[in-house]
Amino acid sequence: MATKNWPLWEIFVRSKNGLEHRHFGSLHAADAEMALENARDVYTRRNEGVSIWVVESKHITASNPDHNGELFEPAQDKVYRHPTFYDLPDEVKHM
Amino acid sequence: MKDNLYKYILGIADNSLILGQRLGELCGHGPSLETDIACTNISLDLFGQVRSYYQYAAKLADDGRAEDDIAMLRKERDYINVLLVEQPNTDFAYTMARQFLFDVYHLLFLNELEKSKDLTLSAIATKSIKEVSYHQRFSSDWIKRLGDGTDQSHQKMQNAINGLWTYTDELFHQTAEDKMMIKEGIGVDVTTLKDKYYQLVNSTLEESTLKIPESKYFQKGGKQGIHSEHMGYILTELQYMQRTYPNMSW
Repeated sequence: MATKNWPLWEIFVRSKNGLEHRHFGSLHAADAEMALENARDVYTRRNEGVSIWVVESKHITASNPDHNGELFEPAQDKVYRHPTFYDLPDEVKHM
Repeated sequence: MKDNLYKYILGIADNSLILGQRLGELCGHGPSLETDIACTNISLDLFGQVRSYYQYAAKLADDGRAEDDIAMLRKERDYINVLLVEQPNTDFAYTMARQFLFDVYHLLFLNELEKSKDLTLSAIATKSIKEVSYHQRFSSDWIKRLGDGTDQSHQKMQNAINGLWTYTDELFHQTAEDKMMIKEGIGVDVTTLKDKYYQLVNSTLEESTLKIPESKYFQKGGKQGIHSEHMGYILTELQYMQRTYPNMSW
């Protein structure tokens, strides 16, 4: 019998209403519905979430680490693009 | 009245204790990491529920025994769980079929227990209903996946359903304690759940392209403490620590 693995899924969980979904990890499942149930059991059993997104890993297009220089470095010497010149009020969390 | 209620509670709790123990055996041995965690999660849900029952039973018994003593230190004949829950994890199809055949009953039962005049039992039922709804969703999904899957998975699930069918009727046998607790407005009349149960189970089996077994011969005895040969082995493992190191704690 051929051993076929279930496809890999990326799991995103929103921990609280008002926050965005965050990447929690990945797991195997036969389809989207099973991925949701597995995610519920693997990642949210200690009350970590209020909403789960699952997406099959193959649908994610990732940037190439070889291109990190041209993609990210030019931003480093432009300090004026960083919001460091004014104070954030304490009430603003999650910035 | 107090003795009857005590025994009535054990009847409910023992089902979940033994099923939880069976599922716990899969910890680290499940067919995949994800299903392994799912099965042990269900096991932990059930253990959480039985703690509430045994704590209540210990309070009623008021003889110095704590919840652990009641859960861990009885003899085989004093456990009154149904035979269904002690059946082994023959393969994953058996594990899910056993779970499904119990979950459908469990949810119907808890929905009635929630209406009990006994406020503690009613509160435990309310808390458990959410968990057990998920258990039923999980197990019936697997019945459908395997039943309506490949030829091999279909055959394995059909074997499991055929093998466990003989233990379903006992769920609806009324005990002497049942009768007394129904009279008090505390207990659930399980005989009234039977039609609905087979209706729900049969419709899931049909949806899963599985044949509904026609066998008319059913096993019984668990509710009277007369168990299958598996029970001794389960208790040996369950009770090992308490028997070897009496009164041990973490």
